[in-house]
Amino acid sequence: MADTTPAVEMKGITRAFPGVLANDNVDFDLQTGEIHALLGENGAGKSTLMNILTGLYRPDQGEIRVRGERVHFNSPKDAIRVGIGMVHQHFMLVPSHTVTENILLGLEHPRFFMRLPEFDKEIMGLEQRFGLKVDPRAKIWQLSVGEQQRVEILKMLYRGADILIMDEPTAVLAPVEIGDLVKTLRAMVGEGKSVVFISHKLHEVMEVADRVTVLRRGKVTAAGVPTADMTQAELARLMVGRTVLFSLDKKPQPPGDVVLEVEDIHADNNRQLPALRGVSLTVRAGEIVGLAAVAGNGQSELAEVITGLRASTQGRVLVDGEEVNNRSTRVAIEAGVAHIPEDRNHVGTSPNLSVTENLIMKSYRHPPVARGWALSYVAARDRAQTLKQEYDIMVPDVRMPVRLLSGGNVQRTILAREISEQPNLMIAVQPTRGLDVGAIEGVRRLLLEQRENGAAILLISEELEELISLSDRIYVLYEGEVMGEVLDGDIDAIGQMMTGTRQEDLTTREGS
Amino acid sequence: MTTPDISAPRRGFRLPYTLRLEQRTKVSGWLPIVTSIGAVIVALIIGAIILWAAGGNPIRSYRHIVQAAFGNVGVFNDTLVKASPLIFTGLACAIAFRMRLWNIGAEGQLYLGAWGASAIVLLPILPETTPGWIMIPAMMLAGFTAGALWGLIPGYLKAKLNVNEIITTLMLNYIAVSWNNYWIFSHWSESGFQMSPTFSKNAWLPRLADFAKQVPFFSGLTLHLGIVFALAAVVIVWLILYRSRWGYEIRLIGDNPNAAKYAGIRIVRTTVLVMMLSGGLAGLAGMTEISGVVHRFQEQISADFGFTGIIIAWLAKLNPFAVVLVSILFGGLILAGREIQPAGIPLMLQGIILFSIISSEMLVRYRVTIRRQEA
Repeated sequence: MADTTPAVEMKGITRAFPGVLANDNVDFDLQTGEIHALLGENGAGKSTLMNILTGLYRPDQGEIRVRGERVHFNSPKDAIRVGIGMVHQHFMLVPSHTVTENILLGLEHPRFFMRLPEFDKEIMGLEQRFGLKVDPRAKIWQLSVGEQQRVEILKMLYRGADILIMDEPTAVLAPVEIGDLVKTLRAMVGEGKSVVFISHKLHEVMEVADRVTVLRRGKVTAAGVPTADMTQAELARLMVGRTVLFSLDKKPQPPGDVVLEVEDIHADNNRQLPALRGVSLTVRAGEIVGLAAVAGNGQSELAEVITGLRASTQGRVLVDGEEVNNRSTRVAIEAGVAHIPEDRNHVGTSPNLSVTENLIMKSYRHPPVARGWALSYVAARDRAQTLKQEYDIMVPDVRMPVRLLSGGNVQRTILAREISEQPNLMIAVQPTRGLDVGAIEGVRRLLLEQRENGAAILLISEELEELISLSDRIYVLYEGEVMGEVLDGDIDAIGQMMTGTRQEDLTTREGS
Repeated sequence: MTTPDISAPRRGFRLPYTLRLEQRTKVSGWLPIVTSIGAVIVALIIGAIILWAAGGNPIRSYRHIVQAAFGNVGVFNDTLVKASPLIFTGLACAIAFRMRLWNIGAEGQLYLGAWGASAIVLLPILPETTPGWIMIPAMMLAGFTAGALWGLIPGYLKAKLNVNEIITTLMLNYIAVSWNNYWIFSHWSESGFQMSPTFSKNAWLPRLADFAKQVPFFSGLTLHLGIVFALAAVVIVWLILYRSRWGYEIRLIGDNPNAAKYAGIRIVRTTVLVMMLSGGLAGLAGMTEISGVVHRFQEQISADFGFTGIIIAWLAKLNPFAVVLVSILFGGLILAGREIQPAGIPLMLQGIILFSIISSEMLVRYRVTIRRQEA
């Protein structure tokens, strides 16, 4: 294999999904024997690009070359045939089968008799070569998450993959396991294999990768730059965008009374690991408070605790002095908490119900939509028509199911519903993610209007520019803890705190 | 988004074309109706081919089925008698399925409903001389309650402990049959036979034949008041599902439980109540069979009405009014099964129709495109 021919070369890759351009003329190349990081926020197009490389999606435009030869993939099997394998974030293993059985699954050999001991030995050999410790005879359910990941890697190596794509491999790992993984990856590139390392954790990228490609909203903002030439702050800027502030008409106004008080909240994530470790913050009436964090640092869990969707293990949440945590979603709703959820389609709306039915999700318990035990569909439709006009929801008929709406219109539907309830407190999680420029503008304007009307708003976003231009204050969250609070929109300070530096340490560093 | 190819090419063997499914972004109003009708026609054609292959004459067989079920007033009366319990069990399944609660225990709930209604007469809870206008409502209430309790058990287990309701409702069917047999043989047996004594007339649902004196046309027609109750239940279930706050919650939970939770809906409570309503409706099927048809408590009160209800609910696409039509069709097929030989043919048709309609659902949701494989 000539060193000059890249292992993978992707040129001008474009792929559109209804409503979004996930990849816009993306170039990417992977050299033999390197670890190449692919960095970007959620929805920046990393997964789409890699799904194209592994044959799950076809590109609308562009070409892929593997070791210099043009390829067309119809399915992941075609990709694995030329040696491209992906380790997904969510493992695809059969829990009741052994490691070896999982690795052999779907292969043509062994044909009928399993002859497991033979294969166990073969897999042991593979493990030793790459430092992947796991008992081939163990059943998957007995293994830790880190060991299961090793099985996924072995699966790819056994199939002869020499181009390995790791989709956010560290997201599920404990710190010790991360060290082992890095060693394995190094051993693999040492043998001439190549690795794509998808991540949105800056410090890991700096440590692990030789080069980095940064994607932002489907476009390349840094193409294969050696990590040695970059700083973490520069990467952060490439990832979240330039600090051009939109000129939004934000009127200065003094904040009112405290509406939301979060006191020393602890909570677990879905895998029962601590996600919040003692978060305290306040939001007053008439102010937008931003919460900045890299994805997966507890911001989603915090929103869920406040809105009653997730239990807290310690601490309290007060809304207008009333304790709302660990009670129910209904208590939070009745206390005037509006919630623009992160996941519009799986939480915020019911796809097969009509626009009308989605618009009354929070108001159907009260007149005029409620009429005793019955629902007044006349009142509901009136309300839907009014909201459709007022919030500019583009839909020919409010009886249409929500699943036929574009992303921007789904978000307008949610905003119309939540804002029309005249909330005291609004929890807005990624309210503009995946929307086009016009829709983003509209959403931001609505949030500012709410602020002027005296609502307290907690804005959770990964878009720093959005946070800075909308918020009166910004808290920074890292691994479930508040690193500090920024009043002046100092993006460098936010960037450093987002990667784990506490505010106290920040000032001393600048002083020295 | 796209779905992966359904025919992934294999090494050494490649079709020159691949089938691809793409989700439709727009569904026009007539498409589901046209595909359903198309599916029934396809099913009848497949059935005809099988009949022909077995040496039969498909057209004569079909004509015979239609005549046996709908040919004259007498057989149509019998079809409707069979349809009434099916409407109840179809509704029972439809309301549970709407919330994605897979209640396949309508059969057992029907048995318990029959037991509850009989207990009023046989235990006895009300004296034999109770007038019909008290007796019948009391039997209905008891039948509904007994069925509802049989639905409460799996409902509670599902809601509180997330126990799979498919397993629990299925198993409870067997327990229900044994429970009834115990009462038939040990307490209520008429001189050792597997049936109780006939109820007194005040526990019978009025039949059309009872009014033969006033309307001679009705003589010999066994259609009983149960069908009226069944139709009333259809309207009530429709009102609940599409006009009430509770029905809105049911549909929201059924479509997206996460959104329902987010909207502050009490999922546990609704789950238990829907399972109880479902069981109660099936229980009424048992009550009307006891009180309207056999007039005694006995073994084998159901010709698999509870299981057929599952099929009916699906074919009706969970729409209460469509349940009526499908129930009449299936009532006719059950009847035709008794009339013509071999009896397996209508059963086979039921199966093929179900298969076609469920398969055709795919055509409503997806557009199938064929494209040439690139080398």
